[in-house]
Amino acid sequence: MKVPLSWLKDYLPIDLDPAEIRTLLDDLGLVVEGMEVFGDRLDGVVVAQVEEIAAIEGADKIRRVVVDAGPIGAVQVVCGAWNFAVGDRVPLATVGAVLPGNFAIAARKMKGVTSYGMLCSGRELGLSEDAAGIMAVDPAAPLGAPLADFLGLAPDVVYDIAVEGNRPDALCITGIARDLAARTGVPLSLPGMSAPLLGGPHVEEGAARATAAPASGAASATVSVECPDLCDRFGAWVIEGITVGPSPQWMQQRLTRAGMRPINNVVDVSNYVMLELGQPNHPYDLARLPGGGLVVRVASPGEKLETLDGAVRTLGLDLQGNPGPADCVICDASGGVVGIAGIMGGASSEIDGTTTAVLLEVAHFAPMAIARTSKRLGLRTEASVRFERGCDPAGIERAADRFAALLSEIAPPGSTPRVTARVGSALGSPPPPGILRLRTDRVNALLGTTLATAEVARHLESIGFAGSPVAEGSSGGVLEVRVPTFRPDCEREIDLIEEVARLHGYSSIPRAKLAITRAGGLSQYQRERRRLRDAVAHALGACEAWTPSFLGPGDNEKAGFTGRQVAVTNPVAREESVLRRSMLPGMLRALAHNTGHRNPSIRLFEIGHVFRANDDDPDLVPDEWEKMAVLFAQEDGEGRDEGVEAAVTAWRTVVEVLRLDHLVLRVPSAGGAIPGLHPMRAARIEAAGKVVGVLGEVDPAVAAAFGCPGRRIGWIEVFLGWESSAGRSTDEGTGILGSVPRRPLAARIPSVLPSADFDLSFVVDDSWSAGSVCETLQSAAGELASRVELFDVFRAEVEAGTRSLAFRIRLEPTDATLTDAEIGAVRKRCIDAVMKEHGAVLRG
Amino acid sequence: MASAAEELVVEIGSLAACDPSSIVSLEELGKLEDTLLGKRSRLSEIKQALGSLPPEERKSVGKALNEARMSLSDILAARRCVLEDEEVRRVLSSERMDLTEVLGTPQVGHLNLVSQTRDQLEDVFAGMGFSVAEGPEAETDWFNFEALNIPPDHPARSMWDTLFLDVPGTLMRTHTSPVQIHLMVEQGPPIYAVMPGRTYRRETPDARHLATFHQIEGLVVDRSITFADLAGTIEEFTTAFFGSDIHSRLRPSYFPFTEPSAEFEITCAICGGAGCRTCSHTGWIELGGCGMVDPAVFDAVGIDPEEWSGFAFGFGLDRCAQMRHSIADMRVLISNDIRFLRQF
Repeated sequence: MKVPLSWLKDYLPIDLDPAEIRTLLDDLGLVVEGMEVFGDRLDGVVVAQVEEIAAIEGADKIRRVVVDAGPIGAVQVVCGAWNFAVGDRVPLATVGAVLPGNFAIAARKMKGVTSYGMLCSGRELGLSEDAAGIMAVDPAAPLGAPLADFLGLAPDVVYDIAVEGNRPDALCITGIARDLAARTGVPLSLPGMSAPLLGGPHVEEGAARATAAPASGAASATVSVECPDLCDRFGAWVIEGITVGPSPQWMQQRLTRAGMRPINNVVDVSNYVMLELGQPNHPYDLARLPGGGLVVRVASPGEKLETLDGAVRTLGLDLQGNPGPADCVICDASGGVVGIAGIMGGASSEIDGTTTAVLLEVAHFAPMAIARTSKRLGLRTEASVRFERGCDPAGIERAADRFAALLSEIAPPGSTPRVTARVGSALGSPPPPGILRLRTDRVNALLGTTLATAEVARHLESIGFAGSPVAEGSSGGVLEVRVPTFRPDCEREIDLIEEVARLHGYSSIPRAKLAITRAGGLSQYQRERRRLRDAVAHALGACEAWTPSFLGPGDNEKAGFTGRQVAVTNPVAREESVLRRSMLPGMLRALAHNTGHRNPSIRLFEIGHVFRANDDDPDLVPDEWEKMAVLFAQEDGEGRDEGVEAAVTAWRTVVEVLRLDHLVLRVPSAGGAIPGLHPMRAARIEAAGKVVGVLGEVDPAVAAAFGCPGRRIGWIEVFLGWESSAGRSTDEGTGILGSVPRRPLAARIPSVLPSADFDLSFVVDDSWSAGSVCETLQSAAGELASRVELFDVFRAEVEAGTRSLAFRIRLEPTDATLTDAEIGAVRKRCIDAVMKEHGAVLRG
Repeated sequence: MASAAEELVVEIGSLAACDPSSIVSLEELGKLEDTLLGKRSRLSEIKQALGSLPPEERKSVGKALNEARMSLSDILAARRCVLEDEEVRRVLSSERMDLTEVLGTPQVGHLNLVSQTRDQLEDVFAGMGFSVAEGPEAETDWFNFEALNIPPDHPARSMWDTLFLDVPGTLMRTHTSPVQIHLMVEQGPPIYAVMPGRTYRRETPDARHLATFHQIEGLVVDRSITFADLAGTIEEFTTAFFGSDIHSRLRPSYFPFTEPSAEFEITCAICGGAGCRTCSHTGWIELGGCGMVDPAVFDAVGIDPEEWSGFAFGFGLDRCAQMRHSIADMRVLISNDIRFLRQF
């Protein structure tokens, strides 16, 4: 909210430096996000009278103007505006003046004519939004007088204050002033609340100002509220004798600085009252209200209204177009909608130059109802913001009073607006103030302070709460606090404690050292995840990426993942509208990006979450996994990709670094393709029979689909596990870092006895993976074998569809030196097992 | 007249007087050794002839012989040392190598700047005794909003532009706060935890905001936890993470899930608190939000607010990284550009 300091000072005569006031506001939680200084840049701008206007040869847009600037004398300027005539008084910025925006005026030659200054528009002077022509100055203004002096412009400061959602009372100038008064101790004086003009036919004292004309429309004005749950108080006042015209300069300027556009005296007063008191209100042109009265009801589904901003709004329908939501509307007596309650009025009853009588609506609406309608219509207005946060239900009469008083005060000569009827049938009475109990002990226990009950009471009283002590037991004081009606946000003891803390000052609350008596730190999962990440970055040379969690429609399918995907219902962009089931598309796009910047040769990894519609029930929150993906796209010197071999080697490194020896690679049997990967160059990573990851070469078609055509890319994607496994048992077990089935390894003391190696080569059919042969050897060799290693593969000299696999087995005895017979026995067991399991043939 | 033995002793003495300093190669030195001490050397001849001498003379000649051999050996060995040393130097000097012309670039990866920031923050809080908790990114409305005292249609919902999922009642978490709810529901007090993680908003990324970003959040729930503890914890973390010359202050604010609520600001690192453009001349930079856990949140998770109290705080990880590394445009963090990643 924009708050001019000069306006604040109407209610609070403080004499502090604007920067100090800013600090006070910040400290009160009325955070100043910006501070703009006005009016002190008009030095050198004076009142002048146009004496002569002449054409400039060869120029059709600009003219030579001579003005009389009183003591300064005659000044020649070149001017591009045409809205003035000889004899008019205008603002002249003389040479040396600096206009708002740091625009310095200097002598300039245009088309051979020197301009010794500039005639200014209201916009150029920062006085209004009007940039259409030169600002007109009152003919009574003395020539040569500083314009700011004549207009009574004092330098001013406008604070842009971010009012928090729990401070409905601070959405007005008087509310801000109240807080500042509490903090500074300067007494607050609010605008006069007597109601000399209110009451219509019941006009009492002060009626002298409303002498003329009996009520015309007043007699027939009626109001009824059909939805009291959405609108609990609704008052209407008929004001007649109005002449619509511009409001005075001071009011226009205040509204402009507060961020509102001056329209005419009636609308300006309406806005002024809202900004001053925080009570939105709406004047209808009485003549354009068929039937002369108002009805408040729920909009029927599909009902339409053209609002003041010219847009046609459809009411009573939800975002899918189904009937349902209760939009509160204001109708004329014939049932036609004339306004969306608490948000915006309709165009049909707008105030214009012909208006002579208005029906002023001042009401209180249910905050949630206004919030709902405003959000659904995407229509946030100054009024809706105030209503949805909660207005003062007891402030209605005061606002109407102020409206009438101000309208009368600024009425043009000869016009005497007066209230001719007060329609109170739906006004009811304001709710009684809430009463809350506040325990001083509780205040101190939550804040860590040692405030006395009297101090607590004094803080609250400084902003309009009334606290009276209640005798209760011996455990410190208790206050019974009466909550002012302008603080609907204060409903609980804690709300009062917050006010006490705020007024006491957060900086006055001591700082304590937290005494944590338990061990903190990372969990085992988190520590291992860091080790894994460091290994991948440092041992494998991969950089850590961060790719989008969202993909475009069809991306999951293109990467080989069909069905069971979760979509975003309100995406910002189509390309980010589906949750990823794999990190493959994002990582391939990251590779494509880098390739585009001539860095085709990279390794990348990411630790992130992937998602899938819930297995058990698609209506439940989606399944989610924390995974790590590594992409290998290093090129050798000849531009060949390292491809899948790099992924396999890298995987072995990871297994070795983290001792993930329980993980095994399983090559799928024919037809068991792995999504996204080359059908003949892929394997699954398994832990205790569960698939916890995949490894292989990216299917070239998939690589091409995501911007990496022709690349041979190695890929690892593994499920890591869960920090908290509660309720997260999945078909992928507990992940590669999960606690099951891993246990700490028992240490093996290296043997002092000599070890023995023997080699075995087999011709094995391609349908058997080398890994499976290796596993067979391991189990056949038994405890004695400390290592079984594949050291050679060749396809020459053997039958097609087979290959020769050579293994080296190392035996390490623990209690007695190996005999040849023992070695022979192990060797035979190994040979027999491989021949039997895999139908292999032992070579030479 | 001198006896034959005496003559021999004199001869031996003259043989032992040798100066090999003119010898400049190991080869020559070998030859000299052979000449002086070898099988066919004069000294060897004399030794062989020793038996033909009378026994009383044999002793004095033998002694002279031994002394001569030892002396010669020492002299030659000393020279050998010098020559060998020279030889080694010669070989080394022929092996000159420019170490800066060695080929090969190491293949070292780099952790994402956000990960590094997260690690550092986790470590600071772990050192203070906090544990680290995590939770899912796809959440239910209840965990993300309702349990945090933000009922449906509450105007405060507009503080978070939310991405909703096509499973009714689910969404992408807009903050890490639902992890607080998980902790309170699934673990219960006492709780001392920080919760880092990825969060999502329905926004178009610009230089200062990302639609997907990272937060870290803290939650403490125990008996007798006060606002003073909150203020002290924020200050401790600030100096531990940003440095001992960076301090914190709290300002009243509003969040539905804390009361009293505060925004916390830290000393502007650009100007050291003196005031500059970055901090709008206030000397302070806003970092995050915090406050005492609202009793309504405790009610939602079944914790008695009269018995337990607590505080929570949270701020942006990416923003911390941005501040530390003067990142003008946040979008570089999601570019995955190797030229950026390799810097850190």
